[in-house]
Amino acid sequence: MAAGTLLARRGTSPRRLPTIKTAIIAAAAYVIAIIFLLPYAEMLITALRPQRELLGRNYVPHHFAWSNLTNMWGSSFGITTSLRVSLEVAGGATVLVLLVAIPAAYYTARHHFRGRGLFLLVVLVTQILQPTALIVGIYKEFLNFHLIDTVWALIMVNAGFNMAFAVWILNAYFASIPVEIEEAAMVDGSSRFGTMFRVTFPLALPGVVTALIFTFIAAWNEFIAALTLTTSNDVTPLTVRLDSFIGQYTVDWQHLFGASVVATIPVLILFALIERRVVGGLTAGSIR
Amino acid sequence: MPHLAAAEEAAGEQHRRSPSPPRPQRAGRARRTRRRLEPLAWLAPATILIAVVVIWPIVALVQTSMQNITPIGVTIGSAGAKNFSKLFHDPNLPGILARTVLWVVAVVGITMLISLGLAQLFNQRFPGRRITRWALIAPWAASVMMTALIFRWMLQPDSGAINIFLHQLGIVHQFNSNESSWLGRPDSAMAWMIGVAVFVSLPFTTYTLLAGLQTIPGELFEAARVDGASQWRSYRSITLPLLRPAFVVAVVINVMNVFNSFPIIWEMTRGGPGYATNTTTVFMYNLKESYIGEAAAMSVVNFSLIIVIVLIYLRVNNWNRQAAR
Repeated sequence: MAAGTLLARRGTSPRRLPTIKTAIIAAAAYVIAIIFLLPYAEMLITALRPQRELLGRNYVPHHFAWSNLTNMWGSSFGITTSLRVSLEVAGGATVLVLLVAIPAAYYTARHHFRGRGLFLLVVLVTQILQPTALIVGIYKEFLNFHLIDTVWALIMVNAGFNMAFAVWILNAYFASIPVEIEEAAMVDGSSRFGTMFRVTFPLALPGVVTALIFTFIAAWNEFIAALTLTTSNDVTPLTVRLDSFIGQYTVDWQHLFGASVVATIPVLILFALIERRVVGGLTAGSIR
Repeated sequence: MPHLAAAEEAAGEQHRRSPSPPRPQRAGRARRTRRRLEPLAWLAPATILIAVVVIWPIVALVQTSMQNITPIGVTIGSAGAKNFSKLFHDPNLPGILARTVLWVVAVVGITMLISLGLAQLFNQRFPGRRITRWALIAPWAASVMMTALIFRWMLQPDSGAINIFLHQLGIVHQFNSNESSWLGRPDSAMAWMIGVAVFVSLPFTTYTLLAGLQTIPGELFEAARVDGASQWRSYRSITLPLLRPAFVVAVVINVMNVFNSFPIIWEMTRGGPGYATNTTTVFMYNLKESYIGEAAAMSVVNFSLIIVIVLIYLRVNNWNRQAAR
């Protein structure tokens, strides 16, 4: 390193070699990044295609129909209703996950007790299970409980299958907060719950935010459970609504992708915020 | 972020370090009962949720697989093993099983190979790395169902963007023809759907491998360089072996995701033409529409395979934690 800088200062070339290498690496990375974004660019472009140019054989239409983005909210498409349902389901599932995962994660991080290993094992198993394999059972169960066509069914299913992630990530955060900090607060006269709310939670906030965003996105994007558990247009989230566009005589592709763009952009931004912490939660901490 | 293994150990140590306070004799039984019930209060909400959403459906699933249910949903008694024998005698099943194996092996194999390269690339330092990594997560954050739809649209035979591109390259000669109708032919439809599945799998596997790469101490490469090892040699002898824990976790989770994958095939072909692009997961869903008993039987078969994957996952997880100690 030191020799490298010395040589560079003398004006000889050895420093240029790594620069060329860096340039090649960067160029390759940019190309790959663009490839990854292309389908979503096409989504946006199609959303802006005027009806006349929908089937035009060009990458970009001659005119952009910005009015598509306002027309698609018309009641005949049901996008407004579905967006509301998606928000209810994702919001409800997120609240439920935090309500059940925070106490479980806190207690398992702080105490050793009988059954702790078993509990964490069950959570680990639910982590990699998915609603898909159980969908027939889930359908039969909610049919029995008369919960078909309710947002509650979707809230519960989404919360159940995403709780594990929240437990892992919160468990790791709680465990990293020294007990001494809590003890000091309690010596100063704070109650046990007061300590939890005023001392522990603020310190674990990044974990809570990660769990919150992750659950919200997962529930927002969920498809098969919603497809199975809803039939009425009043309770179909956006993913199911868009699916119902397909197979109709004339598919309003521009509106379909307009709604997709609206559903995708916030999710991309939110995910970028938690990007660094997600892997640890998904691999139950065995990596990182 | 501290990993769970370390976190658990730390929690254990804290517990061992602080001896339980001397208990007064008469507090005895009531207190002990309370102590024993305390974990229950904290874990009950999570446990109930798991019971309702995961355990109950498993029971309902197994029950349904042995019931005789008419297409309109009326249960007319027990079917014994009839649903299973009907399923196993279904002439479409052998093809579907073979296709499922192909689907999982091809998607996971290609994904892991590409993400080894991607992880290596995105682990280098270069200006704008942060932004390119954000682009990489797009297919992970976006709904798979919407990603599949946009690919279906781009492959559309008349004016899809991919067909326009392939036409410019001279691969597709005519629009609206058999050759430009990629999703209309089972083989090419399968190939494209495998491509889409790889595309949406790459972010997770690449990020997992990136996390694994960061656990490898840089001094090792330094030492290898001093010893005159080539880059390829140090990749083979240092990176690959030390990356194994991350690699194996990525493979197992990816296998699970791909085996359970439904939206890609559903949105692009609905499993058609006929049953020619069904995997066991899509077949189960298609059966559910009219033969729910047989669908449940298919699910039971799928679920048995999933248990095997889960056991492998638990095994791997255990190894990794022990290695981390």
